[in-house]
Amino acid sequence: MPNYYQPEIETASREQILAWQNERLVKQVKHVWDNVPYYRQKMEEKGVTPDDIKSVDDLHKLPFLTKDDLRDAYPYGLMGKPLSECVRIQSTSGTTGRRVVAFYTQHDIDLWEDCCARAIVAAGGTKDDVCHVSYGYGLFTGGPGLNGGSHKVGCLTLPMSSGNTERQLQFMTDLGSTILCCTPSYAAYLAESIHEMGLRDKIKLKAGIFGAEAWSEEMRHDIEQKLGIKAYDIYGLTETSGPGVSYECSEQTGMHINEDHFIAEIIDPETGEVLPEGSKGELVFTSITKEAFPLLRYRTRDICVLTRKPCSCGRTHVKMSKPMGRSDDMLIIKGVNVFPSQIETVLLEQGYPANYQIIVDRVNHSDTLEVMVEMAPDKFSDSLADIAEQEKKLVNALKTMLGIYAKVRIVSPKSITRSEGKAVRVIDKRKI
Amino acid sequence: MSVHQISVFLENRAGQLAQITRLLADNAINMRAINIAETKDYGVLRLIVDDSEKATGVLLGAGCILNMTPVTVVVVPDEAGGLANVLDVLAEGNIDVDYMYSMFPHADGKACMVFRLKDENAFVSRLTAHGLHVATKAELGLK
Repeated sequence: MPNYYQPEIETASREQILAWQNERLVKQVKHVWDNVPYYRQKMEEKGVTPDDIKSVDDLHKLPFLTKDDLRDAYPYGLMGKPLSECVRIQSTSGTTGRRVVAFYTQHDIDLWEDCCARAIVAAGGTKDDVCHVSYGYGLFTGGPGLNGGSHKVGCLTLPMSSGNTERQLQFMTDLGSTILCCTPSYAAYLAESIHEMGLRDKIKLKAGIFGAEAWSEEMRHDIEQKLGIKAYDIYGLTETSGPGVSYECSEQTGMHINEDHFIAEIIDPETGEVLPEGSKGELVFTSITKEAFPLLRYRTRDICVLTRKPCSCGRTHVKMSKPMGRSDDMLIIKGVNVFPSQIETVLLEQGYPANYQIIVDRVNHSDTLEVMVEMAPDKFSDSLADIAEQEKKLVNALKTMLGIYAKVRIVSPKSITRSEGKAVRVIDKRKI
Repeated sequence: MSVHQISVFLENRAGQLAQITRLLADNAINMRAINIAETKDYGVLRLIVDDSEKATGVLLGAGCILNMTPVTVVVVPDEAGGLANVLDVLAEGNIDVDYMYSMFPHADGKACMVFRLKDENAFVSRLTAHGLHVATKAELGLK
């Protein structure tokens, strides 16, 4: 049962895909050279000009872009089109230092929505479906991306956004939602609620498209069992547009990267050297069709493996494994990017020692974040109410910085292990 | 009139309190009053000891976080209604009390209550006007 949104693209021959990539890459490099002085300077520093890039084989000659570049160039430094031609921004949840703001022309939005539409159709979506989008709407790309994809497929789209579980379940039962799009942890939470409330017979879900955070095969199995659906993974990042950079097909053995829009490479995160197919390394994307935010060789920091083994679904686009980790210290908690350095900044600002420990866990399929903080002399009082007041201020400051709630646990001074070597700042107990 | 209370940060972990009391014992410091206010994760240990300066040095040397808090000790008749009378006097005078706890018995068998106050002067004048006695350090045998 082949489900394709754009069959001529999704099942194109390898030669055809490569031809598209060669042509689009050459054009994109010229576009960037002419319009993005920041990247042009990086190319000049490396002694590369657009004339050196004749095909995908030359891609390795181009300099990388990293999150630091995005920060340096914030907000307009990497734009490929004037603001007057842009129609939208989306942004990561990060804070001043790490925030990524991505720009889109109408053309960019169209292509992004096409990518999401491919994911929805691959999950069995048709115009007869009721697509229930419980990703957050707003600056976060999840809601707008899947919403647009759902429109393209012609599904009846329920722009639920996240939260208010009671209303989610009411719409789901009353309007007969058939496809659920949200983070896997929220899907697990909804599944649990449906199970507890005995609503299983009243829901018509057949598939789920879950992304924006890491999830395990056990979690997939659990959600599939509880909801009686097939659960599909989807991948993306704001820097490259949002969800839909890659998505799972019926085989559920990896996510097909939309290679007509993105060229994927796997590199050694230490040396930057490109690794052969099948190697584990850092995923790097080059956007070859984006106009407003055309990132070349963007280092995602996600560690994964690519494979071009033929897929039973008939799609010919390369597949990536689920990310197996990160090459930096970024944590993804409840779908939100969290850097330990952000927590450190808040602690110092609030007058606490920078000796801290972050404990991440997953309780009932939902991520939890706890920050262990050492008591400081000037934060101490003989009154518990005063200490609690200080603690509340810290919790609020962390929430403002991270965008998610972190439980604070105040411990004795100098009690957090200061090992001889590197401090253990993060304990991630999640089994993914 | 106030005496020194040592307030110590105490993480809610097995052995924390034992460590501190052992440390005081090893330095021949006698505790005259002890109180703990706690949350789930941590607490504040409030101590009155015979030699607060020495105790502070010992505890700081052991890496404790603490501060010295002025508190007021009131002698209360050791009989039914003894404390109630004192609190009635305070309530009628609109005197705020942050917290209070009892002290180990006074030499003459009278009970002592420790008060943490916002306004010690108002407290003392109100009580003495009603014939109640606020104890001095010397009377309590504290350095």
